[in-house]
Amino acid sequence: MSNTPATYRHNSGLLIAILALLVAGLWVANLFVGSVSIPSQEVWRILWGGDASVESWQYIILESRLPQAVTALLAGAALAVAGLLLQTVFNNPLAGPSILGIDTGASLGVAVVMLASNMLNLANGMPGGIAAVGGAFVGATAIMAVILFFSTFVRDNLMLLIIGIMVGYLASSLISLLNFFATSQQVHAYTMWGLGNLGNVTLQQLPLFASLSLAGLFISVLLVKPLNAMLLGTRYAENLGIDIRTTRNLLLLSTGLLTAAVTAYCGPVAFIGLSVPHIARLLLRSSNHNSLLPVTMLCGAAVLLLCNLISTLPSDGIIPINAVTPIIGAPVIIYVIVNQRKINYFNG
Amino acid sequence: MKPAPAISAQCLDIGYRTGKAGQLGIQRGLHIDLYPGELTCLLGANGAGKSTLLRTLSGFQPPLGGSICIDGRPIEEISKRDLSHLIGVVLTDRTAIGGLTAYEVVALGRQPHTGFFGRLSRADDEIVRNALAACGIATKTHEFMASLSDGERQKIMIAKALAQECPIVILDEPTAFLDVVSRIEIMSLLHSIAAEQNRAILLSTHDIEQALVLGDRLWLLSREYGMQTGVTEDLILNGAFDRLFPHAAIHFDPLHGSFYPTVTRQHIVDVACHDETLLHWVVNILNRNGYAANLTAGTECTRALLRIASPHDIAWSCGTEQIAFASFEELAMFLKQRND
Repeated sequence: MSNTPATYRHNSGLLIAILALLVAGLWVANLFVGSVSIPSQEVWRILWGGDASVESWQYIILESRLPQAVTALLAGAALAVAGLLLQTVFNNPLAGPSILGIDTGASLGVAVVMLASNMLNLANGMPGGIAAVGGAFVGATAIMAVILFFSTFVRDNLMLLIIGIMVGYLASSLISLLNFFATSQQVHAYTMWGLGNLGNVTLQQLPLFASLSLAGLFISVLLVKPLNAMLLGTRYAENLGIDIRTTRNLLLLSTGLLTAAVTAYCGPVAFIGLSVPHIARLLLRSSNHNSLLPVTMLCGAAVLLLCNLISTLPSDGIIPINAVTPIIGAPVIIYVIVNQRKINYFNG
Repeated sequence: MKPAPAISAQCLDIGYRTGKAGQLGIQRGLHIDLYPGELTCLLGANGAGKSTLLRTLSGFQPPLGGSICIDGRPIEEISKRDLSHLIGVVLTDRTAIGGLTAYEVVALGRQPHTGFFGRLSRADDEIVRNALAACGIATKTHEFMASLSDGERQKIMIAKALAQECPIVILDEPTAFLDVVSRIEIMSLLHSIAAEQNRAILLSTHDIEQALVLGDRLWLLSREYGMQTGVTEDLILNGAFDRLFPHAAIHFDPLHGSFYPTVTRQHIVDVACHDETLLHWVVNILNRNGYAANLTAGTECTRALLRIASPHDIAWSCGTEQIAFASFEELAMFLKQRND
């Protein structure tokens, strides 16, 4: 009775509604809470276009907290969905953009563009610039393509994961090499960017960041049907009439866009892609992408908004986002590994 | 008159392409027809090319030579999408469907028929439920795959293939790793589906016993003799099985439809027994202990004679030596001592 499809759909609908409310609540909290304490009625007035009693507050709310809250919302959803796509396509619950080296690929792309722009005196080469976004996209998709290539003949998922880690190491060693040739100013900028900061996206950069993330998310929505077939493995999916090559290309494009957009602007943000799909599956108790995809998006947004909130709690300065995400992400992964015999999606 | 074959292959070469123009041929020149309404069982030793043949016929890998026609059309002219309406498969591949319910997995079989987002219509829902019922697992409809037994999962995968509504279903070792009850259930299920729904069902198996009982037609594949096909009983009685595993240590017993190890018999014993079951097991214990049984004992007995009236009344006489045994255990002990 508890599991007839009608109530089942009802449950996932209820979960999506609750998560949507939670995301909305956290998003608003991100506007009202920050390192600088601003009275809530002031925040409210500024958001509705009124004048603030302290001039800097207006700047903080509209130029810093608002873009940062939107960035956290989108980046959380983007990374979580990238992780989900990777876990499904590689049939491995421990896959994710960080573990497979895809965000290291994006970082490499950014580093190359930074160095080249300095040599060629190009603008836009610094993190967040259009050239850096392009570099990140090329780097992320290149690594993803390499892993997809290996996956055609390395059948063992664990081995594939290790290949991903190796490719990631190769990319980071190239980054270190590039740092060697960079100016100390560039190394500093790169290091700061590498710590991860959702506040990097300015109001002017927000439209591009948002369109790239939304494009990646949109493609993932188109892939719901093939993703469900992929749960059976590629051969079964092929037998169900799924065009494997097109699906893989779209997956490449989607994960590339999602990972590159976030990494280029905010630095490599760890653990969201790996852990949020697990939170989503545990809440939903299902691997069906029809509901898992929206739940993963909402969970990703909620988790990163929460992390951002925590990172701005101290009154003097902020904690780097990458110091906060593992606190939520790592326990989830450990919990899932320890309890894998009891968790349905690990057994089958 | 035979119906038109669902799959027909002529001069088929199967195997793998290795690098540039290199080929690793596994079987050459196969001529095979798969008929609707029949359960066809593919038997053969490991490495004979069973899985390769199934993958080639399912369209997962191209043949190295020859032609395959599905439903009268050459396979290379059939799009992947059309093929998904013709052939449903059950594979041994690793899946990640523990977090889906039985219903959701069977519903995946409707994918070739549903729209862009895979939404199920009322008709699709009915087909899924019918497939679950046909496989006898309707009670598990809303349970997660992770909570089902291996046999139940295999039935779900078969139900998925049924929901796909293909005239041809190809299964790679559907009964491997299953206990005897599940093995018989699944073979009976496939046999009745073939007959009742007029589908062409092809499966590979190592379970010769069940294949002989429920297979309408057999494909025997061996490296040495290639493919031998025919109706089960024809193949049993024409000695085809002795060519299936051409190995000196093994022989096929057409009476019992099983393979037995060839024993090196040191002694011959005359056996007198009127019960067939009893006789079978007497021969079994003698063979295992290095004796051959002579069943057509004449009147003048020069050799040892074993008379069996019941499992508790066994008499051994050899010249003047007369011994009675009250169980096969006592007989076994005696035979072993006599061997030493």
